[in-house]
Amino acid sequence: MRTLLAVLALLLSVPALAQSALPPAPYADRQISDPALERRAKALMETIRCLTCQSQSIADSNASMAGDMRSQIRERIMAGEEPEHIRAWLIERYGDWVSYEPTAEPILWPLWGAPLLLIGFGLLLLRGRLKGRKRS
Amino acid sequence: MKRLWIWMPLALFLGFFALFASGLLKPDDRVITSKLVGKTLPSFSLPAAASDRPALASTQLATGKPRLLNIFASWCLPCAAEAPQLMALKQAGVEIDAIAIRDARPDVDAFLQRYGNPYTRIGLDARSSVQIALGSSGVPESFVIDGKGSIAYQHIGDIRADDVPVILRRLEEAR
Repeated sequence: MRTLLAVLALLLSVPALAQSALPPAPYADRQISDPALERRAKALMETIRCLTCQSQSIADSNASMAGDMRSQIRERIMAGEEPEHIRAWLIERYGDWVSYEPTAEPILWPLWGAPLLLIGFGLLLLRGRLKGRKRS
Repeated sequence: MKRLWIWMPLALFLGFFALFASGLLKPDDRVITSKLVGKTLPSFSLPAAASDRPALASTQLATGKPRLLNIFASWCLPCAAEAPQLMALKQAGVEIDAIAIRDARPDVDAFLQRYGNPYTRIGLDARSSVQIALGSSGVPESFVIDGKGSIAYQHIGDIRADDVPVILRRLEEAR
């Protein structure tokens, strides 16, 4: 166990000491070995917007900052942090802009309300049609 | 009533047309400001990024006097372009600290030798973690930190000659 920890620590410390052109952060392009954790990390990364390539998620982007964000998210999830907590932490820094997940903010009420309104409108239309047909 | 309804699709079309046209004509704004402006600087401690400058920790930015925190990288061209303006700020008496993003010491040394070194301390953020914690979205960026260690102002992009007085004023206001 001890040796394993030492090896892990060594693996983690290498990029920090690198003096030449930097390799990507350790977990930028490497999956977490636990598939359940990787699934949670992936789901979060797909809904976090890349700051460099602004119409991509960090899961899709090759920008170095997106790689650093992926690595940070994977490491924090491995450390037991909740994905929604990481999202909130990022929103605190970059605003709602950074998350693709719609929130319940008042500005988005029309978005949530539109389907209900449209279905209601459709039902009204249908009722009108059916009534008209019966009469004729 | 029915006559009015007939115009609905056209009205909708015009509405959408106006929406899209205004969206297309509006100049593109891709600047993402940090939401931490006005709040306390997140705490961090970074190793030294250059051979002849000490490392940087967040506590060293709360010295009772406003300071400028410059986010740069040796691989970033606009960072080289803003070097003369940083020099001018330094000559005006501004204390400037820096964080080098995804960088390596020999590269930072070479960059500073070539473009000048206006910095008091330089921290190395090899994996952008402090940059992300600051809500900064790229290089270069500059933050005015007031004497108590709060972020007073964020300048995004390279500092041009006409930005210098603005930053000096912000530093004065943060006093």
